[in-house]
Amino acid sequence: MTPGGPAPADAAPVSHYRLFPKALGQLVSAQGVRELHLALTQGFWRTRAWGQPPLQAPAGAELWVWFQDTVADVDKAWEELSNILSGIFCASLNFIDSTNTVTPTASFKPLGLANGTDHHLLRYAVLPREIVCTENLTPWKKLLPCGSKAGLAVLLKAERLFHSSYHSQAVHIRPICRDASCLAVSWELRQTLTVVFETFPSGQGKKDWSLFKMFSRTLTEACPLASQSKIYVDISAKDKEKELLEVTPSPTSVHEAIVQGEKRTYAVYDLLSPSLFNTSRSLNVQLKWKRPQDSLELSTPVLHAQRYVSGYGLQTGKISTLIYNTHPYRAFPVILLETVPWYLRLYVHTLTIITKGKENKPSYIHYQPAQDRRRPHLLEMLIQLPANSVTKITIQFERALLKWTEYTPDPNHGFYVSPSVLSALVPSVIAMKEVDMEQSPLFTSLFPSSDGSSYFVRLYTEPLLVNLPTPDFSMPYNVICLTCTVVAVCYGSFYNLLTRTFHVEEPTRGGLAKRLANIIRKFRGVPPL
Amino acid sequence: MAAAAAAAAADEAEKARGRRAALSFAAIAVVLGLPLWWKTTETYRAALPYADIAALGELSFQLAVPVAVVFAPGSQPRDLPRLLPFRDTEEKETLLNSRTSIASRYEMVCRSTTAQEEAALGAATVQEADAALHQLQDASLGSLSLYVIPETSLLLPQGIGVYVGKHRSALVRAGQGLAALRARLQQVMQIMSFTTSSITAALSDRMPASQLGPDARRHFKSSLGYEITFSLLNPDPKSHAVHWDIEGAVSRYVQPFLDKLSFLANFSVDSQILYYAVLGVTPRFDKESSSFLLSAHSLPHVINPVEARLGSSAASLYPVLNFLLYVPERSHSPLYIQDKDGALVGTNAFHSPRWGGIMVYNVEGPAAPQASLPLRVDVDMVRVMEVFLAQLRLLFGVSREVQPPEVLLESPGNEGLADWELDRLLWARTVENVATVSTTLTSLAQLLDKIGNIVIKDDVASEVYRAVAAVQSAMAELAVGHLHSAFQASKEAVTSSERAFFDPSLLHLLYFPDDQKFAIYIPLFLPMAVPILLSLAKIFREAKQRKKEPTKTD
Repeated sequence: MTPGGPAPADAAPVSHYRLFPKALGQLVSAQGVRELHLALTQGFWRTRAWGQPPLQAPAGAELWVWFQDTVADVDKAWEELSNILSGIFCASLNFIDSTNTVTPTASFKPLGLANGTDHHLLRYAVLPREIVCTENLTPWKKLLPCGSKAGLAVLLKAERLFHSSYHSQAVHIRPICRDASCLAVSWELRQTLTVVFETFPSGQGKKDWSLFKMFSRTLTEACPLASQSKIYVDISAKDKEKELLEVTPSPTSVHEAIVQGEKRTYAVYDLLSPSLFNTSRSLNVQLKWKRPQDSLELSTPVLHAQRYVSGYGLQTGKISTLIYNTHPYRAFPVILLETVPWYLRLYVHTLTIITKGKENKPSYIHYQPAQDRRRPHLLEMLIQLPANSVTKITIQFERALLKWTEYTPDPNHGFYVSPSVLSALVPSVIAMKEVDMEQSPLFTSLFPSSDGSSYFVRLYTEPLLVNLPTPDFSMPYNVICLTCTVVAVCYGSFYNLLTRTFHVEEPTRGGLAKRLANIIRKFRGVPPL
Repeated sequence: MAAAAAAAAADEAEKARGRRAALSFAAIAVVLGLPLWWKTTETYRAALPYADIAALGELSFQLAVPVAVVFAPGSQPRDLPRLLPFRDTEEKETLLNSRTSIASRYEMVCRSTTAQEEAALGAATVQEADAALHQLQDASLGSLSLYVIPETSLLLPQGIGVYVGKHRSALVRAGQGLAALRARLQQVMQIMSFTTSSITAALSDRMPASQLGPDARRHFKSSLGYEITFSLLNPDPKSHAVHWDIEGAVSRYVQPFLDKLSFLANFSVDSQILYYAVLGVTPRFDKESSSFLLSAHSLPHVINPVEARLGSSAASLYPVLNFLLYVPERSHSPLYIQDKDGALVGTNAFHSPRWGGIMVYNVEGPAAPQASLPLRVDVDMVRVMEVFLAQLRLLFGVSREVQPPEVLLESPGNEGLADWELDRLLWARTVENVATVSTTLTSLAQLLDKIGNIVIKDDVASEVYRAVAAVQSAMAELAVGHLHSAFQASKEAVTSSERAFFDPSLLHLLYFPDDQKFAIYIPLFLPMAVPILLSLAKIFREAKQRKKEPTKTD
């Protein structure tokens, strides 16, 4: 489910805000932001089990920002921006610094109006350690014009949302045309929330669900400020089997669309249509399966990927990425972005890309080596994926030794390597038709298609957890003690040697044996020795 | 025997050598080791002007106001001490507390009118005269021009003795005799520059609470900038679609006022609309008037829940002035605010000191109760801005005090602020800035004095020096009556002192506990110090013994 903002944000003049939240508006104008994308995610989207993600985000926090070309010092603005955002969203975005920030050249393009894509104005950072919880959701909900008081946001109860397998909330700000003639520019704020509830384990083996079961709330009204407020329920029939499932109450309309290369049927509930609340005061959408099903076969996505770290010992290792193209007959290129922290020293000469047993030469490589404690490795490649193939990318690395203050408080947990990003225009298996933008602007902006034959996908792989050689942290004190002891011992003997006074001693009374003998002799009346 | 003596001599020589070795060890440890250790573990602390800062703790303000007293023909009192022109000063000293005193000095230059001024005073109305006189003056900030006109002049309405214009001039009727004129002049000068109470309010931080009036802590503290936020709270968007032309209202009413104040600080104005933002208290229903009432004692509870929604300003650190326009829910309207005596407040608004103001805006019910909801409401911005501007003036401390009936104050017109009101504010703000800097620097010096671990970098030190120099120059400029440069210097002093006080480098070694240092040094110092001390003690003991029985060896 992805309830967007009730309406695209209204035009925000210099400093007067109506629907657009003031905190973000001030931020955008103060820091010269042209486009801002922030995602906070808990959990990892399992592509194989759950299918193609509608809007994937990497585990933890992801932030990418395009700045205006009037910004003189982009790095400074980026630092200030991440600090302010960290305050607004109660997230540790203030940990974004030069060691985890990169400037990708090809992976991220502006999504809104833009003249010129000078990638020096782009900054990208991921914090895989970030844990997302209620304190991040509350400020996110506050940005909605109706808050959580009315509309779809009523459902967003934190205790339910975080009792789920995957939770991803995002904020996207971009400039868009105010109208068709595009004479004026408006700011668009899009808030998305993706949650995966696994009803199978929690619902006694049944896959039926309802809004009340998931959120323990039902809907009563749309946000009065919304110009559109809709719920889409995917009721696509698989394998021509019809009437497998049933939704109640009956939807206001049925929408057919081709989403990410698949034909989908949606039951649409328009909260603004008065007929919906005629029979009952509240709306509780329910979905029931007519026949019990053992397993639901989700079709494997055309593009998916997997990543792992291999090797043994604490000196070297290898990062392997597997990219799958399951399209039966079309090859397509994919842009891979790898950001690896500086403490994993990549050996670029060991980079191998193998598809179907043959070496695959990337047509574009951008590599920026890391600088210790200053910036991470950045590797961007454009790789051609042949039809129905698996491409394996491996690169070896060496683990660096950190200074003892640079370790995290739980160093034995390991160090995260942020997920790699795959961006591709995936060819559609079935032909797509242009969707009418006017009819459902929110829906089409969530699932855009560049032309009829392909759709854009951005995927994130798993974050990696790498162990670094961990020292004994009482070591500094031990070192101090040991050094001091050694110094003290040397000094002591040296001191003794130099200050001791030697003098010749005359043997006077002899040893113990002689004295004993003399005492015995005295008793016997014999003169002593 | 000779062998024994030789052995004893050798023994003695050996002992002396051992003594010398021990002494040289001790000497090396003291001469080389200790300074080396001291130097390598020392925290860098740049020198600070502690004496100057301590001197700043005691503030004796000398405020000089240049005043030109211009006598129109026929207005000179007969008992004038000297012939025009002449100089005169009027001094007054007030001791606020043991560390603070104010000495005010009005430096009056008395002269008669020039031909042009005479012509200007001959204008038909007093407003025109004021405007014409403004053309002739080259008045700098803080200076005053007082025109004494004959008692019988028809320029001022009947019963009015003093007229204060829009700018920095006032017209005063000559009155009967010198004493009456003097009293009037003094009154005008205090209105147009400062009074003891206005300066006391500015120094409220240095005064015990018992000495202050209830209004002393109302106005905002002096700052380099302010953010003004207008918020429209619509708790019931289902029934009211509220629209306000805040952009137009701000540019029409607020901006001229802020432009006038722009010399004082940076201002930024923004506005927002918040939906479903409710007040923290449920109003009481009053059957008689069939309206809802908020009593004065419940008003403090109104702000807190709303403030959570207002959002802090992310982009700057300046204090925020909040002005809220609350359109009550349909089920709670009309809503009125009751004061302490139970009477309804005419403006239906209240303000909170150093925070902002809230106004309740009731929506007239629609003619037909079943009219389609939401009801479109266009806010009457003139009514709202009148209240908000009054609150803004109040919070900045430029509200007009009630004057005796014989004093007529010209309304400031479109700008919302007369020149002399700006001066009045500047006098108070300069004094306040100086006091703030003195407090900041004193506490910084105390802190640095108390915690020896803090590193004082050169740039922090230079900021402190700059602040001290600026505050001293501000005091000097105040004493000679240059308000403009005094204020600039005080602003500079505030900036520098805050920068020094909040410098992040001051935090670095703050929490390095002594016992840890001890634990690190002990393994080295103990084994090194013990032999040295023991052998020193031994040498000392031997030397003492030798002194006691010097002849025994012979």
